Amino acid sequence: MITLTHYFILTGILFSIGLVGVMRRTNLLMLFFSTEILLNAINVGFVAVSKYYNDLSGQLFAFFIIAVAASEVAVGLGLLILWYKRNGSVDLNSLQMMKG
Amino acid sequence: MYEVIAFYVFAALTIGMFGIVVTSRNALYAMSALAGGMIFISGFFFILDAEFLGVVQIVVYSGAIMALYAFGMMFFDTTRDVSEKMRSKKIAYSLSIASAVLVVAILCAPLVGESVEALYPSIEGVGNVQMIGVVLFTKYLVPFELAAIMLLVAMISGIVLASKKMDEYLAIEDEDLEDVKEGR
Repeated sequence: MITLTHYFILTGILFSIGLVGVMRRTNLLMLFFSTEILLNAINVGFVAVSKYYNDLSGQLFAFFIIAVAASEVAVGLGLLILWYKRNGSVDLNSLQMMKG
Repeated sequence: MYEVIAFYVFAALTIGMFGIVVTSRNALYAMSALAGGMIFISGFFFILDAEFLGVVQIVVYSGAIMALYAFGMMFFDTTRDVSEKMRSKKIAYSLSIASAVLVVAILCAPLVGESVEALYPSIEGVGNVQMIGVVLFTKYLVPFELAAIMLLVAMISGIVLASKKMDEYLAIEDEDLEDVKEGR
């Protein structure tokens, strides 16, 4: 029988995979991918809580998180394309100069 | 019984796919693995009787977001391997320890809050999609409208940022900056 704890362990594993990606990657596109993994991991946790406590609020929060992820990708990818056009690189180290 | 098998199969597949995303050096492989992982995540939603979210996950994540990434990657050089330099090991290790503590806190949080009660219990005989519709358009109407405005703003900003004119404006700004630097 699958209990809520199973789902929480899975959420934890997926979330730590995403965190490792965020810390390890220096490519900005890969950083976006890792952010998507983080959001997906939390969605699984929310829906599992919603099922096991018989409450729909968890599913609605997951729904709004998906909306936030969609808009984040639209804005983030636009900025990334702009940065690539200007600098020819999407490396994180190219962002750390403030040119002051 | 089938639920148990499905849970473990989907868990293994999802962890494997996301592991590829995090470790792969090729951006195209990472993107394909991410799309696969998103679809396997929707399998969990179907197991958990959240059909609406499962469909939304496939349509929005695998359909819209991954298509957007695929279009965005036309601008980048995807055949080249991603170059990555790890410079400060100390920061990476301390952040790993911090994130491990964070994950333990996440896993222990539900054990602390035992007095959780359902505000919107699902009713017998009413489908998941119907129930979500009722709750979304009564209790969560204002956040829903705000999400609509947020998506509109994101769409406009995406169009403006990726348009060709924006490049010229930024080029002008750069020239002005050069002028300032040279003291003119």
